[in-house]
Amino acid sequence: MWDYVKVAIYGAIAAGAAFAAYMARDMAYQVHMMIVLAVAGGMVLYSLRTLGRARPQPETGYMDDVVRAGVIATAFWGVVGFVVGTFIASQLAFPALNFEWAQGVMNFGRLRPLHTSAVIFAFGGNALIATSFYVVQRTSAARLWGGNAAWFVFWGYQLFIVLAATGYLLGVTQSKEYAEPEWYVDIWLTIIWVTYLAVFLGTIFRRKEPHIYVANWFYLSFIVTVAMLHVVNNLSLPISIFGSKSVQVFAGVQDAMTQWWYGHNAVGFFLTAGFLGMMYYFVPKQAERPVYSYKLSIIHFWALIFMYIWAGPHHLHYTALPDWAGTLGMVFSIMLWMPSWGGMINGLMTLSGAWDKLRTDPVIRMMVVSVGFYGMSTFEGPMMSIRAVNSLSHYTDWTIGHVHSGALGWNGMITFGALYFLAPRLWNKERLYSLALVSWHFWLATIGIVLYAASMWVSGIMEGLMWREVDAQGFLVNSFADTVDAKFPMYVVRALGGALYVTGGLIMCYNIWKTATSAPAKSVMPVAAPAE
Amino acid sequence: METYSAMREFADSWALLALVLFFLGVIAWVFRPGSTKEYRETADIPFRHDDKPAPPDSDDSAEATCHKEART
Repeated sequence: MWDYVKVAIYGAIAAGAAFAAYMARDMAYQVHMMIVLAVAGGMVLYSLRTLGRARPQPETGYMDDVVRAGVIATAFWGVVGFVVGTFIASQLAFPALNFEWAQGVMNFGRLRPLHTSAVIFAFGGNALIATSFYVVQRTSAARLWGGNAAWFVFWGYQLFIVLAATGYLLGVTQSKEYAEPEWYVDIWLTIIWVTYLAVFLGTIFRRKEPHIYVANWFYLSFIVTVAMLHVVNNLSLPISIFGSKSVQVFAGVQDAMTQWWYGHNAVGFFLTAGFLGMMYYFVPKQAERPVYSYKLSIIHFWALIFMYIWAGPHHLHYTALPDWAGTLGMVFSIMLWMPSWGGMINGLMTLSGAWDKLRTDPVIRMMVVSVGFYGMSTFEGPMMSIRAVNSLSHYTDWTIGHVHSGALGWNGMITFGALYFLAPRLWNKERLYSLALVSWHFWLATIGIVLYAASMWVSGIMEGLMWREVDAQGFLVNSFADTVDAKFPMYVVRALGGALYVTGGLIMCYNIWKTATSAPAKSVMPVAAPAE
Repeated sequence: METYSAMREFADSWALLALVLFFLGVIAWVFRPGSTKEYRETADIPFRHDDKPAPPDSDDSAEATCHKEART
């Protein structure tokens, strides 16, 4: 019965999408509805072909196939995002790369949101979904709740990524940073996210462990908070149900404040809390010792979520936002030093007594460097939120450098570490295909980040100082074009750093591929218990 | 009073107090007597059920641990 209902639902979606594509008021909406039509049509065919086929018995082990798919998607989108990022970095250095024949599709303005969303939501999001599914099962000693709901989350999220990415290229945006997708894509993501929450919570409710392990707290706070942020920041009225344009419900400075409340907590809960969930599982596992202090991890959790949510106004210093709100954001950002560094110390000290692993295990080296970058960027961020520092750093490349030391260093490296941890386990292999390749990846990525961050520090501070330089009569010394000209060498170095990082990512893909296909399989027979 | 002002006053007073007390309560709770032993147990959760879920009828994680150790 349910099979027939499914066919009917997919058919109805396909018909609705076809009608919407026919009625579409703009090209991007039409393209999106055709994509939905193709996906729903494909699902109709797939359900018809599998109709009435006997279903295998419900499995009892861990549900790892969706995690395997998530690992592949993470690696794939990661490389896509890094390549686009390196390309737009080159566009800034060499504007001729904004090809005349690709104007309006592949120029910097269209590709830049594609890059940010690809690395944050496609690479980071897939990493978070895959690892959270893996971790919540192991730490709850229970199979994922909801059966195929996990697959719906996975494929639905990929559809969201495709809709968002094609929308950016075709010029659909609501002009909110990290929240560019328009209303119908936002609604789709909300549906997926609620399902994700249900799968995650359902598994926790089923747990056989009396306690909820701390990694799951971080994952859960990430899922819940992102749901809240996403819904509030995307409150908008579509101009037409058959068009992609919508109008925000908030206006003026309220809209700006809502946006940066969203934007900074996307950093705080998507890129920090979620990835801390990874840290609290994968670092102890790879180091083969429990977390340094479980008490500290609990205080870390509550302090982080109590403070991060207030830090957003520091993005709006020297704007129409009232000073008290800016000061509030600044004070909470500085207080965040404590939980951030508490968490960093907790991650690093987990290795105490096992520091020798740093010499022998490139995977743990990656994780440690990642936690180190977490500490560095959470030191730099609060410093930049101070109003006086911000007057120099804001709107300059310093901000870009800061974001990338966090994203490439912390998020990227901990994800690579988690993928290297997962690959042999998910494909039942004895070990990774090659540790030497992991070392290559580690050094390429680390040198890439150092080149990136250092060039952006120099470029950003130089730019900020040039902008504010006045002569004895009080006239500005430099025109804007002077700063652009002066930044050229740093832009080339940055693109070079990006290229190194991409190369590392490609090496990782090759290594994971070879691990899945040709690393020695894990011995199936359990080792006999010795007689006692 | 205007809705905004009323909510603002509430946020500045009772809500702030409640959140601070909750936060201090968490810290006190973490350091309660006997917590060290319990948290040592909790911190070991990732090392227990690597390959398969706990058997459906047992809620006792310690039992599963012994079972696993006997095999390795």
